Amino acid sequence: MTRKPYKRKAYWNNPTMTWWERAYLFEIVRGLSITGGVFLHNMWRWISGRKGALTTYYPEETRADYAAHNRGKHILTQRPDGRPQCIACNLCATVCPALCIEIEAAFDPDDPAHPKSPARFEIDYSRCVFCGLCVEACPEDAIRMLKEVPALPAYGRGHMWLTKDELLNWNPHRDVAKPYPPRGGRAPGGPA
Amino acid sequence: MIQDLVIYAVFIGYALGLLLTFGTVLTWVERKQAAVMSDRIGANRAYVRIPFTQIKLVWLGLFHGLADGLKMLLKEDFRPRSYDPFAYALAPWLAFTPVLLVFAVVPFGGTLVPGELIPALAGWFGDRSYPMQIARLDAGLLIVFAFGGVAIIGAMLAGWSSSNKFSLLGALRAGSQMISYELVMGLTVLGLIVIYGTLDLNAIVQQQSGVALGFLPAWGIVYQPFAAILFLTAAIAENRRIPFDLPEAESELIAGYFTEYSAMKMGLFMFAEFIEIAIIGALFTTLFLGGYNLPYLTDGGFVFPGDHVVDLPHAVVVVLQLLTFLVKVFVMCSFQILVRWSLPRFRYDQVLRFAWKFMFPLALANLAVTAVAVWAFGAVSA
Repeated sequence: MTRKPYKRKAYWNNPTMTWWERAYLFEIVRGLSITGGVFLHNMWRWISGRKGALTTYYPEETRADYAAHNRGKHILTQRPDGRPQCIACNLCATVCPALCIEIEAAFDPDDPAHPKSPARFEIDYSRCVFCGLCVEACPEDAIRMLKEVPALPAYGRGHMWLTKDELLNWNPHRDVAKPYPPRGGRAPGGPA
Repeated sequence: MIQDLVIYAVFIGYALGLLLTFGTVLTWVERKQAAVMSDRIGANRAYVRIPFTQIKLVWLGLFHGLADGLKMLLKEDFRPRSYDPFAYALAPWLAFTPVLLVFAVVPFGGTLVPGELIPALAGWFGDRSYPMQIARLDAGLLIVFAFGGVAIIGAMLAGWSSSNKFSLLGALRAGSQMISYELVMGLTVLGLIVIYGTLDLNAIVQQQSGVALGFLPAWGIVYQPFAAILFLTAAIAENRRIPFDLPEAESELIAGYFTEYSAMKMGLFMFAEFIEIAIIGALFTTLFLGGYNLPYLTDGGFVFPGDHVVDLPHAVVVVLQLLTFLVKVFVMCSFQILVRWSLPRFRYDQVLRFAWKFMFPLALANLAVTAVAVWAFGAVSA
């Protein structure tokens, strides 16, 4: 049986090298000067006390370039006296497609305007899909989402729950909807 | 006699400490330099917590080397079922020991006069003086190449004794590659031998202490720039690092000749590789960068052109020479890491073609030109 001699396939973008590139050493020197230049540039930044890397130290440092409307961490807004605005109506827990919100209601007979409030309000971030439906469902503007992401890294699913205390930590300097920070009253998350 | 013993014990301790420190620190330098070169931060999570406190020492991730070493020591020492036990156990040491032994002939400092350094012991030491080198041998360079040859046996033995196809392929690659590049390395160094007329590394370094062409330091790289490049390339190939890491090509051979090794046996191979980086740096420094010589620095102090003399005490000169050597070696190590993280790997036929069709003729040409030049102008020492 005769075999056809092997013919190298010609590609349309067959790379060709000039004699300068063929000499190899000069291109090596060029490559080394590029990487070495990056090294010296970054090293100079580190030495002069700046950051010479694009990396963010993730759990300790969050990126500043999240979109302004990023749906990240949930917060519960507060009344002027520091109590949660939430009336424990369970609409958010009902609409939640991931079923990750758990609310336990408490009854306060001393406050006839808002007799119901959450005794427990917890979100399971191992299941949350960050859809924002809870924010849209809320009739009281009690739950919102910040652009920052929650502290997700954890050693187990059990550690990825955000509790009411943490959700009530939101304390901005100014808010268009209501006076912030809340004036007087009880401390956020304090006894009812 | 007993004085000699004390001094050489100190030298050996210094050399061993130096090499092991370099081997450990270079793992960290490699990680960090690679990170900085590619806009990253690099390993920085391992820490040592001071007991009973919450103070965690991170130190820029320096403890990652410690963690690696601990991990290798504590891992299971897995052995394949069908292997040659004796050769299998011997191979890592055959790869590791010669690398350490090469340093015996490398001068890491100028002349040490212990009596002058420690006046309290001047009576005991008398006016003895020692070149800072473990073994001053007339055949120093030959010793370097002889031990280089032993390292090949280590790699071959490792690949053969672990009865694994990948290991054997890696060993074959390592053998042919190292023998090819050893030849090139020897030929490039021949040019230097022709110029300096000696194989004694200390004598070679001493001849590099002068000034060439009126202002340049009389280093080997000034007389033999071409040989310097060839030597460094061949040495990196000899160390089997990227772009010449064909024997260990992960994508093809898992880990090459040490595929079947685990725990500290595998650690010895890795450690040998990192120490060899330092050894290559030391050899390059000795042969081409003037060893421990700073320009204008003599054993008595600085002698600048125009007869400006700055006298320095003996201790300062000794420390300066030791430091000069260390800094030069470290810069060379850093350069090798730069090369390793910049260049892609060769194909295997390219590696051998590069050795025999490119570097070998160039080394021969370099030797011929050097020989003619020495015949025409006379040797440097003359």
